[in-house]
Amino acid sequence: MTTVAPSTTDLAARLDRQVPAVEVRDLRKTFRRRDRKAGRFARKRPWPALADVTFTIARGECVAILGQNGSGKSTLVRLLSTLLIDDGGEARIFGHDAFKEAATIRRLVNRVSVEASFFKKMSAAENLSYAARFYGMTPRQTRTAIPEILGEVGFPPDRRGEAMENLSRGMQQKVALARALLTSPVLLLLDEPTTGLDPRSKLEVQDFIRKVRGEHDATILLCTHDMAEAESLADRIGLLDRGRLLFLEPVEDVKRRFSVATLEEAFFAATGREFEEENGDDEYREVFA
Amino acid sequence: MSSGVGSTEPPRSVGPGSAGVGAGRYAVEMRNQLVGLFGIVERNVYLTKRYFLWDLAFMVWTIANTLTIVFIARAEHLAPARENRLATTLLVGATIWAFLGIIFEFMTETVAWERWEGTIEYTFMAPLSRLVHLFGQGAFAVLYGLIRATILFFAVAAFIGIHAPQANYGAALALLALGSLSFIGVGIMTSVLPLISPEKGAQLGFVCQGVMLVVSGVYYPVSVMPEWMQWIAKISPATYVLRGDRNSIVNGAGIAWADVWPLVIIAVLATPIGLAIFRVGERYAKRHGKLKRSG
Repeated sequence: MTTVAPSTTDLAARLDRQVPAVEVRDLRKTFRRRDRKAGRFARKRPWPALADVTFTIARGECVAILGQNGSGKSTLVRLLSTLLIDDGGEARIFGHDAFKEAATIRRLVNRVSVEASFFKKMSAAENLSYAARFYGMTPRQTRTAIPEILGEVGFPPDRRGEAMENLSRGMQQKVALARALLTSPVLLLLDEPTTGLDPRSKLEVQDFIRKVRGEHDATILLCTHDMAEAESLADRIGLLDRGRLLFLEPVEDVKRRFSVATLEEAFFAATGREFEEENGDDEYREVFA
Repeated sequence: MSSGVGSTEPPRSVGPGSAGVGAGRYAVEMRNQLVGLFGIVERNVYLTKRYFLWDLAFMVWTIANTLTIVFIARAEHLAPARENRLATTLLVGATIWAFLGIIFEFMTETVAWERWEGTIEYTFMAPLSRLVHLFGQGAFAVLYGLIRATILFFAVAAFIGIHAPQANYGAALALLALGSLSFIGVGIMTSVLPLISPEKGAQLGFVCQGVMLVVSGVYYPVSVMPEWMQWIAKISPATYVLRGDRNSIVNGAGIAWADVWPLVIIAVLATPIGLAIFRVGERYAKRHGKLKRSG
């Protein structure tokens, strides 16, 4: 394996293998938002995005968190990637406190989000160079590492210099995956990585996630609302509903627990609602999705 | 597959608390931060290349705008020597204004720009110290601003026919470099505004820039302003840069200590204060979920 971000792999090598990759205990996050229906001058009220969420992910495991829009999936990912400050509870990544040891966490974690977040006028190679420098990768290292990683995700070499704005959504998401992998994360947070992709791109991205899982000991937290994707990629599946984690267990255990044949039925059994059903609250909760 | 995910190397099983940070690790961290700083400058070079035609358009606009100011000297019908002196005075003011404008724009838009592009969260979750991040942005702004200011100065001087044989460009540049450190510090303070309030923050940044420049004597001596404005001028680094540079270019003077020490004090104070303010703003943004891209 080529080590492309030496400082990160050095840190990863010093991690205690016995410590879980992720330990979350009673994690809470509440935002304050004004109720749109109550008018412009209405008082802001608290909207719990995460409520006492507790779970553990072992090193090398792939866990999928299912949830509707606004269920708190992205809030969880943002908390674990040091982009939000919690309102209570605890989150540890490889034993390091996610909030007090943010600098260490940032070397261990990377993320792919639903939005392709790039400088649109810059090319894929330029965007990747920019991201790689933050992790200590010099131009000499990226000169070989970027073509290599883009090749791994199936990005056409002749389009490396093309502005991101000219690339399809699927291509952009491949570059997003390459960006996350370039920095050698030991914890990969995938937040709806295939949402909005065409079926072929979706399959390619899923195949790549499988490949990453199969060949490396990376730990993956996949947040998605695609039940089939969760079922096919993850060792265990959790259901986050309105900020509460209802369960986190292997898919067969979920089906057995609720005596159902599908995850959709399990969701209905656990919440009393259809999975795709949206309500007024969710509209507001999308802000924190 | 040769991606760098995870690590296959056997762990030495040290706990999180026993990192044992030695001198070697500090050196590695320092190296990583320097590479990160280079990354910020490099990204801005890429963007400048991509937006080259816009840069060209703004350059032409700035030259045209400066000409409209410097031609005022001609309209006064003064003796040639006095006209040349007035034109040079105005040109120095316009050039420094343009230079400062670029630094403030870059610093204020550090957050606003990345939020608009959608990269803000990736930059904020990267292991790059905020000082290095902001200083990298400031360093590019100074380099870019210097190139543009130099082109502006000599293009307008050539067009109008300004003669400044006695100008001490070395002293002017040295003072500008010293002033740049202060401007970066003040710029860091304003760059936090879009973090607290995405749109209003950017607007407030422009207001701060305008207020700072109007009190600093861009085209006139500070003494012509009301006394309360003169008090504000004392804490603006632009006041000392404008006064010193004008003196160096118009009168050929060297660097005056009276211009240096206020700039040193402002530079020493502004950067840590700016950074502290930015940290408070960043915590606020992370507590209230304001980092997320909007729009």
